Amino acid sequence: MAKQISRRTILKAAAASAVVGAVPIRSWAAESAKIGVILPTSGVFAFPGQQSRKGIEYAALVNKERNGPNMEFIFADTESKPENGRVAAEKLIRQGCTALIGAWDTGATISAAQAVETAKVPLLINIGSAPQITEQGFTQIFRNFASVSSMIASAVTRIHELVTTQKVMPKSAVVLYVNDTFGQSALASLDAIWEKAKVPIKIVDKIGYDVRAKDLSVEVAKAKATGAELVLPITRTNDAIMIVREMVKQKYNPMAIIGPGSPGPYERAFTDALGKFGDDYMICVPWWNPRNPRAKVIAERYEKMEKGNRFELNVGFSFEAVEVMADAVKRAKSNDPAAIHAALKTTNIEDHIMYGGPIRFDEKGQNPNIGVALLQNRDGVPTVVGPQQITMAAPAFPMRPFAGR
Amino acid sequence: MLTSNLPLYANMVASGVLIGVIYALIALGLTIVFGVMRVVNFAHGELVVVGMYLGYLMWSAFGLSPIVAMPISAIIMFCAGYLLQTGLINRFIRRPHHVQVILFVGLALCITGLHMIIFGPEARPISSAASFEVVELGFLQLDAVRLYGALAALALIALLLAFLRYSDTGASIRAAADNPIGAAAIGLRVNRVFAITAGIGLACAGAAGTLIAPIFDTQPYLASDMTTMAFVVVIIGGLGSVVGALVGGVLIGISESIAALVINPAMKSMISYGLLIAMLLIRPQGLFGGRQR
Repeated sequence: MAKQISRRTILKAAAASAVVGAVPIRSWAAESAKIGVILPTSGVFAFPGQQSRKGIEYAALVNKERNGPNMEFIFADTESKPENGRVAAEKLIRQGCTALIGAWDTGATISAAQAVETAKVPLLINIGSAPQITEQGFTQIFRNFASVSSMIASAVTRIHELVTTQKVMPKSAVVLYVNDTFGQSALASLDAIWEKAKVPIKIVDKIGYDVRAKDLSVEVAKAKATGAELVLPITRTNDAIMIVREMVKQKYNPMAIIGPGSPGPYERAFTDALGKFGDDYMICVPWWNPRNPRAKVIAERYEKMEKGNRFELNVGFSFEAVEVMADAVKRAKSNDPAAIHAALKTTNIEDHIMYGGPIRFDEKGQNPNIGVALLQNRDGVPTVVGPQQITMAAPAFPMRPFAGR
Repeated sequence: MLTSNLPLYANMVASGVLIGVIYALIALGLTIVFGVMRVVNFAHGELVVVGMYLGYLMWSAFGLSPIVAMPISAIIMFCAGYLLQTGLINRFIRRPHHVQVILFVGLALCITGLHMIIFGPEARPISSAASFEVVELGFLQLDAVRLYGALAALALIALLLAFLRYSDTGASIRAAADNPIGAAAIGLRVNRVFAITAGIGLACAGAAGTLIAPIFDTQPYLASDMTTMAFVVVIIGGLGSVVGALVGGVLIGISESIAALVINPAMKSMISYGLLIAMLLIRPQGLFGGRQR
């Protein structure tokens, strides 16, 4: 006999539904993971900081299109002041961010690392190369960028590969370096590694200049006076422009200008400002892999979307930071900082856009597989000319004299 | 050693003199406003950067060289200075110094913020053909943009000196500077004289900014360096002295070049500040500073 549904049963069912309905069924997937992003979007590093922000926003768009985990990005500006890294991190954590990305500048990153360590919130470093970041025993940081020492070691390898495969070998080199934390770390690494790698080129002088230098005529005159056949500038964008402009004026034509691990001369600001004089300049930096079809599509789409902007190092590593974070949030299945931290620790991304091996983090939180490419500006476009497995053109060496262009 | 490096040293001294003349024009704008109104313009560097952006805009939009763009910048900035003085600064002339400082610092922050919003943080270089040219005079190789810039700055300074010395308005400015109450008593419209003076001060800043734009790439954060440099020059030359600004500018230009060559390029600013401290200790009124009111 079929059981009849009584009025009392219906009432009981309605009451039960009301109670169940009142209790929110919260799923981590439905909720946005709040990711804080710390960048220098104003101040002296505002240009790369804003480029990095564009990379984050572009990656967020791509993540959405690919139905990646629900993530909300909240930005904080350090104003290019190292001490503001901590303030920004604390503010973002108070706003409910369960993981952070940042902080581009080494000083701000170290300062932010202290705050995330206290709050036990993971920080994924998109850019920031000082070795001490991963050497201070922080447990919450992960760096998907090369340390300056590994970057310089790879750069010296690229330079060594380059000069030993050419018909003419430069005998001497001069270093022009920006005299800040980055420049001094890079110079110290270059000194140590140059000797160790037994590069058959003598460094005859090292000329430092202030990070806010407006004019590098004297520095270039000093470099020219050494007669060095190789110029190794450790620069950012504006100083690299000033160096080349002075070299043109002072008729200094070395065999090559190669920036070992220097950010800047691949920027559109550099190639636009110098035109034909910016060509043949070489830079050794981590770069996107031109042989990876996905990286090519991503870079081309970005350059179409952001007219006047290039898919370069800042954009690329910021883009990749979002992909690493999305992967971690997805695997963590939770917005809890500890769960995201645990997931970041077991990251293993084989196919990614920047050149290098799989993205994995060692016990110090460092990705040891970041590759360094040798780029050369050709007709105003940075082109990969080394190493062999990703090269897109043969290097122009020696570079063409400025006067004949 | 010195003989073999002689051309290098000579080139650096020449380069220092050329940039020093442009520094002098920057400092002149600051010193003239102080000399007449006893107001210290802490937004002076920001106004120089406005001149740099004006030069950049005229070059990028119309292809005007900075030398041609310079008088246009000077006129625009003169009008801006006149309006700023009549609309805002005149109300603060007789207020305490700290109030004036707050006004100008606020103005400076607003200008830098506006530059950031309008132009963004990236440097805006002017890369005309002259940017890569040198003018050879014997063994001297002079940077073309510095040489033309310095000559234009020198012409403007001479014009200004002649204007102050020989024109009626110049005489009124000198009278208002010497004794504003006395000048008012004899019927001089002091506020109008102040407005013209502020216009001249800003015109100097704007013109110098346009001339310096092809040498230092334009960006919002250059302003504080420009303000500091202008203060160093006027303190060394003597507050309120036009000739002092010229001598101070050239002195700073040369000392920076030689210091970079002899000591260490990273420490070239140290020499300017060293000179400043020495001057404050030995002759606080500066090389050409007059009596204090």
